Amino acid sequence: MQALWHQLLSGLANGGIYASIALALVMIYRSTHHVNFAQGELAMFSTYLAWAMIAAGVPYWAAFVLTLGASFAAGVAIERIVVRPVENEPILVVVIVFIGLLVIVNSMAGWLFGYTPRVFPSPFPDDAWFAGSYLSAHEVGMIAVTLAMLAIVFAFFRFTPLGLAMRAVAEDPLSSRLVGIRVGWMLAIGWGLAAMLGALAGMMTAPIVYLDPNMMAGILLYGFAGALMGGIDNPWGAVAGGFIVGVLENLAGAYVVGTELKLSVALAVIIGVLVVKPSGLFGRRVVSRV
Amino acid sequence: MTALLELTNVAASYGSTEVLRAVDLTVAAGGITALLGANGAGKTTTLRAICNLMVRTRGEIRFAGARIDGKATEDIVRLGIAHVPDGRGTFLGLTVEENLRLGAHTRHDRAAVAADIARVTGAFPRLKERLQQQAGTLSGGEQQMLAIARALMLRPKLMLLDEPSFGLAPLVVQEIFAFLRVINRQDQTGILLVEQNARMALALADHAYVLETGRIALKGSAAAIEADDSVRRIYLGY
Repeated sequence: MQALWHQLLSGLANGGIYASIALALVMIYRSTHHVNFAQGELAMFSTYLAWAMIAAGVPYWAAFVLTLGASFAAGVAIERIVVRPVENEPILVVVIVFIGLLVIVNSMAGWLFGYTPRVFPSPFPDDAWFAGSYLSAHEVGMIAVTLAMLAIVFAFFRFTPLGLAMRAVAEDPLSSRLVGIRVGWMLAIGWGLAAMLGALAGMMTAPIVYLDPNMMAGILLYGFAGALMGGIDNPWGAVAGGFIVGVLENLAGAYVVGTELKLSVALAVIIGVLVVKPSGLFGRRVVSRV
Repeated sequence: MTALLELTNVAASYGSTEVLRAVDLTVAAGGITALLGANGAGKTTTLRAICNLMVRTRGEIRFAGARIDGKATEDIVRLGIAHVPDGRGTFLGLTVEENLRLGAHTRHDRAAVAADIARVTGAFPRLKERLQQQAGTLSGGEQQMLAIARALMLRPKLMLLDEPSFGLAPLVVQEIFAFLRVINRQDQTGILLVEQNARMALALADHAYVLETGRIALKGSAAAIEADDSVRRIYLGY
């Protein structure tokens, strides 16, 4: 029983990471109908940035905030410089650009920082008061930080004029132009926010999986599975899906398939959702006239 | 009278299909101009050309004296041109209140925006009752009211209305047209009104143009056009 609790709770901790990645994917998908395959690699690169700052003596939380800011700026820049020129091209062109981005960012990280796994510090000391018998201090802190970040993102979309404008763009870009919204900038800001969420996921997950250029490959798959499970056009669903996938993965890893085959759970979820309910648990069925 | 909007020799095309050939058209400051004509004559395209929306245009478009042709849609809107497109351009997944707030997206005077929301919902009480409802749940008439209310949230100098009577019950149409007249009188908002319902449009407008396959076939005061039986029969079909 105790082991089950442990697996459940640490599944939730991992789920927070997947939920962040899933939300980042959904944010870009909703406004452009593109799935950013490079989302994980951008998160990995952001984490290296934090690592480099910490290694240079910057205090953890300062590096944390600086990394979030730099990731936001990088996300905006990538949308403006790389994605914008191809936004109206056929979908295959966009996919190739995203895959190119994935490979370039991955190789750049390897070239700059090397392929040796690095230890990434956790800001939560092992003997912190919130360390429990089921979860380590880092896992508790990770859940708290991801939940806080998700709450901030949702409040931003719900309560600020900028968030409202971004939701409007996701719903109807043409009508958004007619009320004077600068649609291009809203898309860029969406990329910035997605990159920020990714950076958070990277920094929270790195102390557990160790930092190396391929760190996020699996996590992106889990995030994608979560997004699909919840409904790729539904932010709440994506977050819920991320948590569900986290728990499923842990339970299946512990009791069903074993840890070596954990990643196949994500793939099974992706295929299962696409076959049984392509719109996801909370997604909307979209009917379009052709 | 000074011209608020002035189109000179404007042509417009979708891809290689030319829809407008040579349109000259003026909306006076504080005036209401009706743009009439059969389906496919180019009425909607004229409005799109003014906002640089989805069409390629040639020719000269001036707003309050300054050239606006070639500017981005959002910059044209920011000058004070509110376009209520065909299909209404409502954000169906957002609430009525959010739609109204989006109408005021370019404004930063919070108190005045709140006052304007109170004003438009005062004019359309049904919107007030449904402020927190999703816009997609409104009836057709309510959605048209919302579209006009949202356009007013910009505090526009000029409103472009694309068939506000389309698909609505006569009583609702009367309510909407009466409100347009109030707006025009109180705020001196210029209106360019595209309509199938020529009778209602001519009753509201002071000037009218009749479009025929991409050209202005006829123009004059609304009263004169309405009084001319042969014009009515040939171009307006009533």
